[in-house]
Amino acid sequence: MMRIQARTEPSSLMKVASPLIAIVCTLLFGCILFSALNKNPFEALHVLLIAPLSDMYNVGEMLVKMGPLLLCAVGLSLCYRANMWNIGAEGQLLAGALGGSVVALTFIDSESVFVLPCALLAGIVSGMLWAAIPTFLKLRFNSNLILTTIMFNYIGLYLLIWAVNGPLRDPDGYGFPESALFSEAATLPTLFDGSRIHLGILFAILSAFIGWFVLTKTHLGFQIRVFGADEPAAKYAGFNSKKLSWFVMLFSGALAGLAGVSEVTGPIGQLVPNVSPGYGYSAIIVAYLGRLHPLGAIVAAIFLAVLYMGGDLAQIQMGIPVAVVGMFQGVLLFFLLACDFFIRNRLIFNKQATH
Amino acid sequence: MDADLIVQILFAAIKTGTPLLLIALGEVICEKSGVLNLGQEGMMLMGAVVGFIAAYATGNAGLGVLGAMLMGSFMSLIFAVLVLQLGANQVATGLALTIFGTGLSAFVGSDFVGNTVQGFQPIAIPVLSSIPYLGDILFKHDILVYLSFVLAVVIAYVANKTRVGLVLKAVGENPHAANAIGIKVLQVRYLAILFGGAMTGLAGAYMSLVYTPMWAENMTAGRGWIALALVVFASWRVGRIMLGAYLFGFASIMHLVLQGLGVNISSNLLAMMPYVATVIVMVIISADQFKEKLLAPRSLGKPFDPRNMA
Repeated sequence: MMRIQARTEPSSLMKVASPLIAIVCTLLFGCILFSALNKNPFEALHVLLIAPLSDMYNVGEMLVKMGPLLLCAVGLSLCYRANMWNIGAEGQLLAGALGGSVVALTFIDSESVFVLPCALLAGIVSGMLWAAIPTFLKLRFNSNLILTTIMFNYIGLYLLIWAVNGPLRDPDGYGFPESALFSEAATLPTLFDGSRIHLGILFAILSAFIGWFVLTKTHLGFQIRVFGADEPAAKYAGFNSKKLSWFVMLFSGALAGLAGVSEVTGPIGQLVPNVSPGYGYSAIIVAYLGRLHPLGAIVAAIFLAVLYMGGDLAQIQMGIPVAVVGMFQGVLLFFLLACDFFIRNRLIFNKQATH
Repeated sequence: MDADLIVQILFAAIKTGTPLLLIALGEVICEKSGVLNLGQEGMMLMGAVVGFIAAYATGNAGLGVLGAMLMGSFMSLIFAVLVLQLGANQVATGLALTIFGTGLSAFVGSDFVGNTVQGFQPIAIPVLSSIPYLGDILFKHDILVYLSFVLAVVIAYVANKTRVGLVLKAVGENPHAANAIGIKVLQVRYLAILFGGAMTGLAGAYMSLVYTPMWAENMTAGRGWIALALVVFASWRVGRIMLGAYLFGFASIMHLVLQGLGVNISSNLLAMMPYVATVIVMVIISADQFKEKLLAPRSLGKPFDPRNMA
């Protein structure tokens, strides 16, 4: 017989083990699914998870995808800890890409060393602005943050599509909805010759450490943690919830904006309509998988980036639709939420029936 | 603007508002029981793709609708088990459902992009459709629109006038008190969630069998989210949802109206309008904090664990 019993203390072991168990469950689910589709499950999993790390080129591509995921996830981790349900990383990323592109294209003939920092700054500020509007609406007018941030994702997407079809379209681009290629001066330097790994990945890892420092070493971070654990207690202690909300949202917007501008000034090199394959949404999963901890997000971002890479490879090599990646992300979050049940509860095995 | 054009616009507003109405009618029941399901977008996409495939395979649009509703319920069952049985965070679980549904629908539907089905055709209701203006606006739709009229009335009646509605309200306002008088809180919530899933599946089928009628990745374009805003807009009152749905429907076709009037604005900017309108509505409605706190089901979003009752 077995039964479920509530734990007196949340299990810290399960807190770490839960994401790992969830990943194993997701892989098992994948095996079953691929078998059902008459694809060799081991080959499929190899393509999805091992092949992306098999040579230096692929590892480089994985790091290119990891950058924006990690940048967004670090910000979201802090937001969710402070009970600010920011679902708008995608829109903030797109706003950053757009803002940075405006600067890069305005100074397209310049060779000044200031063009790139200005573009990055514009991206960061645009991301912050895109996060600031829903934050203001929530704090001033009590509007639902989840829904407004989602709406701003759509608004940001159409703004970007409008821009590449209108004011920012390359006049010599034969009417394609793309901007001109950015100048050398507005392009992020690559870290190694012959690869696309660029400065963005360093921004991302740096941001994770900054997030970790803020969260664990500062009074502000202490307040965020108390707020997430026990909101009434935080209010009783007199913590300024508005200030905290503004901080986490602007921090998150800045990082997502930086992710966006790093994409257009990095691997893409111009503004295109599909800047992001849903990095802002996947970052929600990265944040959860990383236990809302900025350093945990590093590991989680690697996993999700591998999955993104694997999805591309699986489409090319095995004809598996790339959408399988999105589905796996959802399944992973399901399993994670289910496993988290055992942080607060445990299974007890009894030889005799219990009363 | 001449009368014909106004009639056409209002007709289109109802058509566009119908999927929002269907989702919101399901979600308001779910939220009245105290559960916030943010997975609408994912469930709707799954409903759309399964409805399309079922109708394509059988040649019967009715079976498509049935399949979509079953799929919607199945999707919401995953959500229900996680939220009710395992006490998972409702916001996170709803998001997971949307991410899962978006991915799975694209995966399942990838072979069906570009196909067409024989969806539902408009049926003019005898006598009623010959009423001047009103008949053209209300009574020349397809069967799913009429079904949505009937469902709105039935759900409003059940929620406001019957014992079932009272039980639902008791569970959503104070699950502990409801449990104390012998109502099975989790059972009520299961049913409310499954009902919401079926309605969202139906809305998905409407998209892929009537509105477009075809299947394309992400074809619902945020309607699941807009419907969630609609529930807030309607202050959880079933009667107001219908009005709200058509207002939101109108906002969604504003760009067509403006283009029809010869206003020269980029279609990409106009495509933002439903989302901008939703934000504006949310701001106006929620600005009165006191009112919203009064109207929202009190246990909304909070888990209920019967084991803590002993």
